[in-house]
Amino acid sequence: MPPQRRINYTFLNMLIWIIRRDLLLAMRRQADVLTTLFFFIIVVSLFPLGVGPEMNTLRIMAPGVVWVAALLASMLSLGRIFSTDYLDGTLEQILLSPTSLSLLVLGKMFSHWLVTGVPLVLMAPVLGIQYDLPANALFVLTLSLLLGTPILSLIGAIGAALTLGLRGGGVLVSLLVLPLYIPVLIFGAGAVEASIAGLGFEAHFSLLGAFLLVSLVFAPWTTAASLRISVG
Amino acid sequence: MSINWYKYASPASFYFLAGKMIPYFSIVAVILLLVGLYIGFFVAPTDFQQGEAYRIIFIHVPAAWMSMFLYLVMAFWSGIGLAFNTRLSSMVATAIAPTGAMFTFIALWTGAWWGKPMWGAWWVWDARLTSELILLFLYIGFMSLQAAIDDPRRADRAGAIIALVGVVNIPIIYFSVQWWNTLHQGASVSVTQSPKMAASMLAGMLIMAFAAWMYSIAMILMRTRAIILERERHTAWVAELKGVTGVTR
Repeated sequence: MPPQRRINYTFLNMLIWIIRRDLLLAMRRQADVLTTLFFFIIVVSLFPLGVGPEMNTLRIMAPGVVWVAALLASMLSLGRIFSTDYLDGTLEQILLSPTSLSLLVLGKMFSHWLVTGVPLVLMAPVLGIQYDLPANALFVLTLSLLLGTPILSLIGAIGAALTLGLRGGGVLVSLLVLPLYIPVLIFGAGAVEASIAGLGFEAHFSLLGAFLLVSLVFAPWTTAASLRISVG
Repeated sequence: MSINWYKYASPASFYFLAGKMIPYFSIVAVILLLVGLYIGFFVAPTDFQQGEAYRIIFIHVPAAWMSMFLYLVMAFWSGIGLAFNTRLSSMVATAIAPTGAMFTFIALWTGAWWGKPMWGAWWVWDARLTSELILLFLYIGFMSLQAAIDDPRRADRAGAIIALVGVVNIPIIYFSVQWWNTLHQGASVSVTQSPKMAASMLAGMLIMAFAAWMYSIAMILMRTRAIILERERHTAWVAELKGVTGVTR
């Protein structure tokens, strides 16, 4: 018997492996990452053109506009979580692997967030300046997106898994996922509005944090079940 | 007396059971509807604040109740279907969705008709209205997901997951919308504080709610029967059925 290289398939190793793999794939296709980011920027920039350059109006609208644009941008990129892996057969191998599928899915969600969520978070203050937000509100906006965008990746992955390989999957996923995003939108934008109004935004952040924890527990598991339904 | 419940978990035997039950539920629904509408239009007194316009309550409130209740029932049967792999449960869940969506739509539509004379606006971003609208989105998401999947078993399970995710989210959505609403417009119209209702108004509303309930059951049974026939069309018993009734395709 030839000596076998002992590979340590611990949970953490597998998690790191799948995150590295997805990041590497994303880096090979940088255009995709940039498309999502520029979509976000364009949507936010369209609103002043639609409603007029009145700064007082824009300042009121800013949190909602940035948040809605973040929702849409995150949603549009959902297809990428699983679809390429599904098409080239990797997903089937992932499903067959002895490692917990929820864990691998969690890794994929995390790398999706790194690739699509984090650029939005980094870009948000610049867009906030376009809307003449005060410095304090810019800070809260960025923090709220930092807390909220992972939830979008987590919940969105469920929709992405359910619509895998379906015709018109892209439009369908918006119907499934956007209603579920509503609480995140309310408290994400609400935190910024509260801070502009001089009220405390801590309660909003606590709720966003609670949503994050709840979806962190349930979303990988639900997504794994959905993947088994869609592929199995 | 013990009933063998498992017998009716088979689509073939449920098909005939449902066929026997539909007339009863339909008749009860029609009777309750007539009684409820009679009470609503002729017995219930005119409201001293809202005049005659309040009478849409007899359609609006039962529809709103049924819309929420049916989503729970749909999620329940979806969950049963997913957990125990019972085909019939998933078929019932699929059959519930259109009726639930219809009641949600009626609740929104009649709400607009009621809102215009009362509040002067067809639509206000009240917490209840917004949640009801989101409920309609959830129903539509469920139906369009199932419609997009060709394989019926995959459609059943995928629909079940989205229904269950939706049912977990409904309280979260409801409370976030409520809080969002109170943050934004404190002094808006309050739908929650309804004035004390006359007994006949309440009776009319309850009877109409039961009518809506019976109607839903009859409708869901009919739709389930259609789904059973569609899915089991290759089986012997459906072929036999065709022979018996002389129906040809």
